[in-house]
Amino acid sequence: MQNLNPYRLNSSRFTNLLLAIAVVLIALFPLFDNVFYTQLISKVMIMAIFAMSLDLLVGYTGLVSFGHAAYFGLAGYALALMGPKYEAVSVWWSLPAAMAVCAAFALVVGLLVLRTRGIYFIMVTLAFAQMLYFIFHDTKLGGGSDGIYIYAKPEMKWGDTVLLNLEKIDQFYYFVLILLVLTYSLLKRILGSPFGRALLGIKVNEHRMRALGFPVFRYQLASFVLSGALAGLAGYLAAVQYGFVNPEILSWHQSGTVLMMVILGGMGTLYGPALGAFAFVILQEVMSNQAWFGPQAKHWQLVMGIIVMLVALYLPQGLAGLFRWSNKKRAVESVEANHE
Amino acid sequence: MSEPILRTAGLTKRFGGLSAVNNVSLDLHVGEVHAVIGPNGAGKSTLTNLLSGDLSATEGTVMFAGKNIAGLKSDVISRLGIGRSYQKTNIFLTFTVFENCRLAAQSRTPHVLRVFHRAESFVDINQQAEEAMEAAGLTARRDNIAATLSHGEQRQLEIAMCIATQPRVLLLDEPLAGMGPHESQRMIELIKALTPEHAIMLIEHDMDAVFEVAHRLTVMVNGEVIASGNPEEVRASPAVQSAYLGTVGTVGTLGNLGNSGADENEHV
Repeated sequence: MQNLNPYRLNSSRFTNLLLAIAVVLIALFPLFDNVFYTQLISKVMIMAIFAMSLDLLVGYTGLVSFGHAAYFGLAGYALALMGPKYEAVSVWWSLPAAMAVCAAFALVVGLLVLRTRGIYFIMVTLAFAQMLYFIFHDTKLGGGSDGIYIYAKPEMKWGDTVLLNLEKIDQFYYFVLILLVLTYSLLKRILGSPFGRALLGIKVNEHRMRALGFPVFRYQLASFVLSGALAGLAGYLAAVQYGFVNPEILSWHQSGTVLMMVILGGMGTLYGPALGAFAFVILQEVMSNQAWFGPQAKHWQLVMGIIVMLVALYLPQGLAGLFRWSNKKRAVESVEANHE
Repeated sequence: MSEPILRTAGLTKRFGGLSAVNNVSLDLHVGEVHAVIGPNGAGKSTLTNLLSGDLSATEGTVMFAGKNIAGLKSDVISRLGIGRSYQKTNIFLTFTVFENCRLAAQSRTPHVLRVFHRAESFVDINQQAEEAMEAAGLTARRDNIAATLSHGEQRQLEIAMCIATQPRVLLLDEPLAGMGPHESQRMIELIKALTPEHAIMLIEHDMDAVFEVAHRLTVMVNGEVIASGNPEEVRASPAVQSAYLGTVGTVGTLGNLGNSGADENEHV
């Protein structure tokens, strides 16, 4: 009998092909030599990494975090505060260090918040993110509400040869693209491993996983820490791109935005949230375009809200659900056949 | 007589003023089915939950292989070798039958750090899962989604997952609930086949099944044990007769207790 699993654990060849085409198109994009759009796509890719890191929690572990901007912002501040002020810091150590800071913070937060579930989990993750927000907003540590400038962008050297200069828009673009592909591949691999399957089991039926002998808390904590570290990767890249950090990058708006990207794209698919990030940033860009919409452009969030609601109502699997449509129909038929 | 593999002494669980399980002492031996019967609300499921770690006891001990396991968490108890099935089917509805069993088998050798290996690439785990499916008679359903199985098949899967964790003690909470006669017979044969290698505690309302497989019987009423012994002794016990008359009093149940229930299948 054919394997007709509607909740397939592996992407079909079709999806992989589409993803490969998307990567090639993105890789060719800077050839248009348009600085504005090259930077915009860089931003999209960074948000895609951020959204995938959240999908690990929401879509694969069943934990809805509403404070994910904490790790995103923390990595940015880590970069801004770690290096010398006017000299370029090395990517080699500053990127792992920023991610390690986020992982450590996620470990501490995770130890506490994973004792709660559901709405309480949402509230407590939000509370921790807000705590961090006010630490940076109300103290001199990170320049208060003005934030800090990153005067010299990090660089990657091998001996005396500069391999990568992130000041260069194209180089930064490809660096982000490589990290996006790596993040996707890494998560895909991990989620197909015994560890990933255990996470899915916890999402579907946490109680039964415990009864089967899985130490659920440890699995969730590992997922929480990994997710925090990857959100940190995205935050580091965002800070490099903007050249400054301020408390807004760890505000609850940011946590809400990334959660919307995950829902818009379709949680539990990895490529869905990446697609969600793309759709969200592009929609935002179009709808807030004053040249097109004049003074109405500032109401873009209203339109965005309606779009997210429509997707939630009519595409419960998000934009990714569009790719799974034919597949779902077959699965429904197989369910009906089995009940006869 | 051999040493019991699991022995409870004075096991008590109170919810506020209510003693759901009160001073229960019972033994489980490898190679034996110990059936626990009693009317609804007698505390049978609470007893199972105490043994599996889903609930922690207010008082008393649970000795398993020479160690007191009362108060340990359910995942720790499962890893020690005590598996349980649930009264209400508790499976991974969105996974295939195989993945349900594979995940159960994976709990014994988690391979957490081998994040670059595909979950299906572990031969030992796959084999354990296949064997459990085979034992429960689900091989034909291997690639079906659990949610599409019939009720009886889901009960079988419930047991298959339990077997896949390779326990020494099996706690079966009403495995026959809601099953048709054919499916019931299958399950009874499965329990019989598992008996030589396992210590089984069976909670069941179907008296025909109980008298067919049980080596020992414990009768609980209102959280307390009112009789314990081999099936003949228990059937003859006046306390049991009056308890079943007084609290439940259905002719069917009493009839089964009174007669040798095994060959009477008409009443269902």
